[in-house]
Amino acid sequence: MYRKLSLAFAVGALMLAGCGDDDDAGSDSASATADTGTGALTVYSGRDEELVAPLIERYERETGNEVEVRYGDTAELASTIVEEGDNSPADVFFGQDAGALGALQNENRLIELDSELLDSVPAAFRSAEGNWVGTSARARIIAYDTRKVQQADLPESILDLTDEEWKGRVGWAPTNGSFQSFITALRLTEGDDDAKAFVEGLKDNDAEVYDGNTAIRDAISNGEVEIGLINHYYVAAARDEEGDDYPVGIHQPAGDIGSLVNIAGAGVLASSDQQNAATEFVRYLLSENAQKYFADETFEYPVSADVPADDSLTPLADIDQPDVDLSKIDDLQGTVKLLQDAGVL
Amino acid sequence: MATSEARARGLPVAARGRRGRRAPPALLAAGLAVAALVLLPLGYLLIVVGSEGSAALEELGSERALRLLARSTALAAAVTASAIALSLPLSWLCVRTDLPGRRVWSVLCLLPLVIPSYIGAYLLVSALGPRGELARLLEGPLGIERLPSLYGFTGAWIALTLATFPLVLLPLMTMLRRLDPSLEEAARGMGSSGLRTYRQIVAPQLMPAVGAGGLLVALYVLSDFGAVSIMRFDSFTRVIYTSRASFDRTGTAALAMMLVAVTLVVLWLEGRTRRRAEVFARGAPGAARVQQRVRLGRWRWPALGFCATVIGFALALPVGMLALWTTRALAGDVEWSSIATAAGNSLLAALLAAAAAALCAIPVALLAARHRGRASRAVELSSYAGHALPGIVVALALVFFGTRVAVGLYQTLAMLVFALVVLFLPLAVGALRASLLQVPPRMEEAGRSLGRGPLAVFATVTAPLARGGLLAGAALVFLTAVKELPATLLLSPIGFDTLAANIWRTTTANAFERGAVPSLVLLAVSAVPLAILAARDR
Repeated sequence: MYRKLSLAFAVGALMLAGCGDDDDAGSDSASATADTGTGALTVYSGRDEELVAPLIERYERETGNEVEVRYGDTAELASTIVEEGDNSPADVFFGQDAGALGALQNENRLIELDSELLDSVPAAFRSAEGNWVGTSARARIIAYDTRKVQQADLPESILDLTDEEWKGRVGWAPTNGSFQSFITALRLTEGDDDAKAFVEGLKDNDAEVYDGNTAIRDAISNGEVEIGLINHYYVAAARDEEGDDYPVGIHQPAGDIGSLVNIAGAGVLASSDQQNAATEFVRYLLSENAQKYFADETFEYPVSADVPADDSLTPLADIDQPDVDLSKIDDLQGTVKLLQDAGVL
Repeated sequence: MATSEARARGLPVAARGRRGRRAPPALLAAGLAVAALVLLPLGYLLIVVGSEGSAALEELGSERALRLLARSTALAAAVTASAIALSLPLSWLCVRTDLPGRRVWSVLCLLPLVIPSYIGAYLLVSALGPRGELARLLEGPLGIERLPSLYGFTGAWIALTLATFPLVLLPLMTMLRRLDPSLEEAARGMGSSGLRTYRQIVAPQLMPAVGAGGLLVALYVLSDFGAVSIMRFDSFTRVIYTSRASFDRTGTAALAMMLVAVTLVVLWLEGRTRRRAEVFARGAPGAARVQQRVRLGRWRWPALGFCATVIGFALALPVGMLALWTTRALAGDVEWSSIATAAGNSLLAALLAAAAAALCAIPVALLAARHRGRASRAVELSSYAGHALPGIVVALALVFFGTRVAVGLYQTLAMLVFALVVLFLPLAVGALRASLLQVPPRMEEAGRSLGRGPLAVFATVTAPLARGGLLAGAALVFLTAVKELPATLLLSPIGFDTLAANIWRTTTANAFERGAVPSLVLLAVSAVPLAILAARDR
């Protein structure tokens, strides 16, 4: 027994020695690679693996290109890219909101995209400076338990959820990129103080903290909380699967920031040594195939190639939301700081 | 985690006597190289903090940091207190009374140590949480709509108490077994009441064991990442983890340094109580008399009830929940291929870490056991850095180091293995040094006098004799590395999924069913080195 184990450990030690050597050699070769587009493309995805992994697999199948994906929270990955600086292994950043993309643009981490790529989406869904492009649109909603909350009792504004009436009934996800982007928008429309008061109010109102949108939606359907601050497609997809009996409803308060329409989008890293291949990947996300995937599989709003959204959704044009320029909600750092100061991060 | 396990196993405290020859320069160089490697993360973290000293100071004085300090120490204090409160009666019942099945109880009470804190916490949430089994049972017939939330301080407190109380129980049981009853008998003989005897004679002798065990618990709680994350309690480790999204590396590094400072204070206290404990142990005179067991009589029923309750929550509940979720998972689709890949990756990383730690331990342990001196003392001390450094701190430091300095190592398996070695080297050094101390230096000297060189003597005399210790050390490192969580999360290469990461991901998303099979596989994988260690002890 001992002999076999000793052998195993010896082999392990040799392998380790091997690894070490490889890596020493690797440090130089990585930066020397030219933009041939033949190496694996590295994508940092703030979007959930469940939602986008099938699409990326499709891309790999159709193009024969290899893609490595690092999944994480949008803000976490954006912050990582800033920390990594010129040494970042990432070629593409695929985020779930305009805020993180804007923050990366401000830090000069993203290259300017081809105008033809930018022009394929409506002006509202791309960076004014041209460093990122929206790949699908999504609406913030107030999801609610249709068994416990009557339509008439739903709040007229998301800001009402800090009222005593909603104590302990709300679920939220402060680490989530879409939520943070909404807070950045709230800071723009209402000012920092009111935004902070809202966050602190939710916290003091015993709002339950969740890991992400899916967890919140499931918490509503399981009766754990009655109200959740999430994106529309989590409910739309579940309803499609579970049928009309699905007990989670969508509320989009008229003219309220709680009904904000945001984008998921992508940018190409300035530090990437495969910028052409990375741009091709972004182009693929805007292609008809990918847009249909967003429409049919994830129930988001397509933004290019004239692909229609799913019928079950409120048409994008009918969503009554305040006028917020997505290019301006780029102070993610400030929002993270605000959430930290409020004691929720 | 490393710290607590090493200490719980009673790894050597100080080598006495044996002041060997001067260390050969090559050995000393190897030892110093290992020391430099394990001190690297802490050193780089200091550079990061120091390079923006004023910003770091501002963060340290901020209300947020102070709140964090208060919360983390409150949790550590609460868990320590409850672990002691559980262990005192348990150890007394198992050692000093005629409690039925006391041998079995005393073994069962130690088993919770095998369950990683995040698996324990996940199973607790899935049983007693707002969406757990209990809630489901109560919902229908009793019409109870919601249970008091388990998340936050309460949940972290319960989960960590159940995970750590054996760390107090173990030294306490040892101490109780060793107590010489003649002192107590003398006190009783002179008319002292039972309670007074306990207070004046027994309790003071137990204090060192309680203190040392309690501080181990505190250290475990401060370094724990898994349980607090699943219980959503913002202690240092969890906030450091989420702060990576803050675009503020100085602030995050400052928090990490603050945590290290707290663990150092706890370690220092622990070292002090340990030295006091030795004084007590050596003070026991002559051969101890046989202890009389207290007859419980009618009291044995409540006593049994107490033991059963503790074991029920600490062991039966997690095991039962794991069985329940596993059967449910097996009824549906289990992603066997991804679990197999994760298991393979976990094995690979842990095996590499065990091998590398064993290799690094050789010069350190040789210096410590054979060549006492200032330099070898320094080498040995620095090899214990992993004791003071929570996994999340080492991981964060290496992320900074990887993005700025060792770019080629960033997000490679080598970096992950490096972190695991830093964290768990003390386990390998401790085990190897203990067995080296049992090899009589005379045998090596005989080898040298017969004309063999130092390397040949090491290979033909020392190594075969100390092999058991080396293997035990490697097995210990494997055991802790395979379930390590924070460094694995932060440093794994892209797409390198491990069992620990898999379990953490599914359970933080409340997908209890999907966490069951990987948890079971992880426990099975760690059973192998445990069996080796147990066989050795016998």
